[in-house]
Amino acid sequence: MSGVTVQNLSKAFPKEDGTATQALSGVDLEIGDMEFICLVGPSGCGKTTLLRIIAGLETATTGKVTIDGQPVTGPDPKRGMVFQEYSLFPWRRVIDNVAFGLEMKGMGKDERREIADRYIDMVGLSQFRDAYPYELSGGMRQRVAIARALANDPDVLLMDEPFGALDAQTRNRMQKELLSLWEQTKKTIVFVTHSVDEAVYLATRIVVLSPRPGSVQEIIDIPWAHPRDRTSAEFAEVRRRVLRMIDETENPQ
Amino acid sequence: MNRKTQKRLLGIASLITVAVIWQIVAEYVVKRSFILPSVTDVAAAFVNLLGSGTLVADIVVSFQHFGIGLLAAFLLGVPIGILMGWFRVADFLLDPIIEILRPIPPLAWIPFAIIWFGLTTQAAGFVIFVGAFFPILTATYTAFRSIPKVFVEAGKVLGCDTSFELIRHVALPSAVPAIASGIRIAMGVGWMCLVAAEMFGVSRSGLGYQLWHNYYLHQMPNVVVYMLILGFAGLAIDRIFRNYVDQKLLRWHAGEVA
Repeated sequence: MSGVTVQNLSKAFPKEDGTATQALSGVDLEIGDMEFICLVGPSGCGKTTLLRIIAGLETATTGKVTIDGQPVTGPDPKRGMVFQEYSLFPWRRVIDNVAFGLEMKGMGKDERREIADRYIDMVGLSQFRDAYPYELSGGMRQRVAIARALANDPDVLLMDEPFGALDAQTRNRMQKELLSLWEQTKKTIVFVTHSVDEAVYLATRIVVLSPRPGSVQEIIDIPWAHPRDRTSAEFAEVRRRVLRMIDETENPQ
Repeated sequence: MNRKTQKRLLGIASLITVAVIWQIVAEYVVKRSFILPSVTDVAAAFVNLLGSGTLVADIVVSFQHFGIGLLAAFLLGVPIGILMGWFRVADFLLDPIIEILRPIPPLAWIPFAIIWFGLTTQAAGFVIFVGAFFPILTATYTAFRSIPKVFVEAGKVLGCDTSFELIRHVALPSAVPAIASGIRIAMGVGWMCLVAAEMFGVSRSGLGYQLWHNYYLHQMPNVVVYMLILGFAGLAIDRIFRNYVDQKLLRWHAGEVA
C-alpha cells in the first residue's frame, strides 16, 4: 500500500522586498495505492511546486504530506522523480545512470547492473545500455530517466511534465509506454502536465488546481479502462469539461 | 593528397623555410653568433650539451620543480575550490583571503621561497605552486557554482543523502571538464614561473637556471638551445595532458558540446 496524503498544504515563496508569493494554499488531497493522478491547472497555479513538495525537494510553509502515514521530510529514493528537463548524468552510460540509485544504496556492481538491465529492457532500450546520454533522442532520454526512477523500486513515481519537451508523435508513444509500465509495476503515479489531452488519456483521476494560490478545485474520476480512444465522444466531453474549468478559473466572470 | 598529409607537409615546409632564412640572416647579414646564433651553431651547441649529459640532468630537475608545484596546486586547489563552490560559508570565509593573495605575482614570492625552503627543489616548486594554484582553484570554484540544479536534485531523489555524496557522485564528475581546462591553464602559468624561478636563483640547476647562466657566459647558442627545449617541453606537456584527458576522462563531454 502506497497512499499519499496531502493535508492543508500551503507554500509561500519569500521575495526580495520582504513580502511573499503564495503559491499554494490549503491543498487537501488523498491519493490511493496504484492510482494514476494527473495534476492540471492554469499556468503558475503551483502544480510543480506541489509535486516538488511531495518529492521533498521543497518544504511546505504549513500543512504536511504523508506517505503511508510517514511524513515527508526530504528527498528520498522511495519517491522516484522524473524531471521535465533532461536530468540524466551526461558522464554516465545509460546502464550506470539507471543503476545510480542502487549504487547509492551500496549495492555491488554486478547485482545493480543486473537490476538496471531489467529496467532498461522494460523501457525497450537494451541496445543502448552502453550509450552516453548525448547519443540518445529526447524520448529515449526520458525513458532512461523513468527506468532510473523505477530501478529504486519507489512507492510513488512523481513526474513533472516529463513529456513536455517531446514532439507530438513521440509524446503519444511515450504515454502508451508509460501506461504499460504502470500496469507492469503497479506504482502510484502523480503526473503534472499542462496538456489536458494527456491527462484525460492517462489519469484514473484528474486533479484540477485553481489559479495562484493553488488549491484543489475539482477532482474528476475517469473510470475507463486503458487504452483510451482519444477520438471518442466521451473523451472529448471530459476534455472539454476540464478545459472549461481551467479557463473559467483563469478568467473569472 | 588528403587534408591531413597536406597539413603536415605544409607545416614541415614552413618550418624548413624559417630555418633557412634564419641561417642565411645569421650567417650573411648579422655575421655575429653573439647577436644571432645560426641554426648550425645552435645544432652544434645542442649536440655538445647533450653529450656532456647536463642537458638531460637539467630537464629532469626542471620537471621535478614543475611536478612538485603542479601536484601541490592540484592537491590544494581542487579541494579548496570544491569547499568554496559548494558551501557558502566557506566561500564567504576564504574569498577575502584569496582575493588579496591572488593578485600578487607568483615571482614576488621568490624571496620568501628562498628564505623558507633554501635553494632546494621545494623552493622552485613553491613558486610554481603559487602560479598554478589560482587557475585550478578558480576553475574548480566556477565549475561548482554552475552545476545544473537538476543534476543535484536528481542526485538527491536518487539517494545522495549528504553533501559528500552529492559532491563525489554528482558535482565533481560534472565539474571535471572545467577543472581539466583549469589545470591546462595552470600548467602554462606554472611553466612560465618555472623558468623565472630558476633564473632568479631559486635553484642551481634546471633549464631556466642554465639559460641565465649561459647568458652570463655569453654562450648564446646554448641560450637558444634552452629556449627551444623549454618551448618544446611546454608543448609536449600540454599535448600529452590534453590527449589523455580527451581520451580517458571526457568521452561523454565531446558529445555534449558543439
